Amino acid sequence: MSVYPFLVAGWLLLVGMFGLVRSRNLVHAVVSLSVCQSSTYVLLLAVGYRHGGTAPVFGDTPVDSTVVDPVVQALTLTDIVVGATVTALLLALTIQIDKRHHTVDPDELSSLVG
Amino acid sequence: MSRSARTALLLAAAAGIGVLLVLAFGLLPHFGTAHHPYGDRAVATALHDRHTANVVSSVNFDQRALDTLGEEFILFASVLGALVLLRPGRDEVEFTRNGDHLVDRSHQPGQVLDTVRLLGYLLLPVTMLVGWYIVVHGAITPGGGFQGGIVLATGLHLLYLAGDYRALRALSPIRPLDVGEAVAAGAFVLVGLTGTVLAGGFLTNFLPTGTLRSLTSGGTVPLLNTVVGIEVAAGIVLLLARFFEQDLRIRTDDHGGTR
Repeated sequence: MSVYPFLVAGWLLLVGMFGLVRSRNLVHAVVSLSVCQSSTYVLLLAVGYRHGGTAPVFGDTPVDSTVVDPVVQALTLTDIVVGATVTALLLALTIQIDKRHHTVDPDELSSLVG
Repeated sequence: MSRSARTALLLAAAAGIGVLLVLAFGLLPHFGTAHHPYGDRAVATALHDRHTANVVSSVNFDQRALDTLGEEFILFASVLGALVLLRPGRDEVEFTRNGDHLVDRSHQPGQVLDTVRLLGYLLLPVTMLVGWYIVVHGAITPGGGFQGGIVLATGLHLLYLAGDYRALRALSPIRPLDVGEAVAAGAFVLVGLTGTVLAGGFLTNFLPTGTLRSLTSGGTVPLLNTVVGIEVAAGIVLLLARFFEQDLRIRTDDHGGTR
């Protein structure tokens, strides 16, 4: 079933969204967002796959070997780096929210505190 | 909105998105297709034109180096943002080593098993070496500046696992890392501008590309990998240092605090 890897990507996106909406803890919400983002890794790598292809790195494979698409792999690398930095920034925000509001439950964060 | 109403709304929306996704997936190129026009051109350019064995590195640091410049500055900006967010607030005090505040809460050497400490100290130089190996071989084998930089930054924290927080702080002084991160980020731009002057285009690969699979092959690819490796390692060490400080060294001031 050739559409199966794409379905995995779609499922990851939806399950991450479910986690975000049902979240009772901001750290859990940040991780859920990471799950959403990992769906893009799966989708990109699935789009770039070529049957029988090996890694597009010719360190010790012959230059005429069949390889998967390197462009989407480069995109995935960028995606991972951006995802990691966004996670770090959101966790830093979570620490500050916990200090100001003494809670990390999104449902209790309804008031503005200066 | 109540939790149940919100969940119901989500399930309805998710069903819609799911249907749209499945319809869209049906229109994508077949999984495992042999038709990859961009990939084929990237491989040909990397191998025959630029002599870069790692085609992913060639795309990231040569053929589409401009995108990586943007990515690098996203990293830079978010590290900066996290550092600003995590600085000690007005009503907080940071424990200094010889100040009159309580000693910091980091665990003392005696609290860690001797075997764990020994392993930490033994693996530290090995991990540093592996990290640099991954950075400088970015043009030949899987790896590069981003991956190697992460290995370098996290490898340094073996010292924390070995229970030696003070050695970790001594080996990762904040000020030089601050400067190092900014200089490395600027160096990427400088390499790009050198390409403009010498080869007529921003981030053009202006160095000789050498022979395929040799350490100096790829022209500017190893150079940019090293620069990015330094920036990533410095940025992540700074970031983790701030998170550690939050947990180990910063307390709300009991006297005169506003909250």
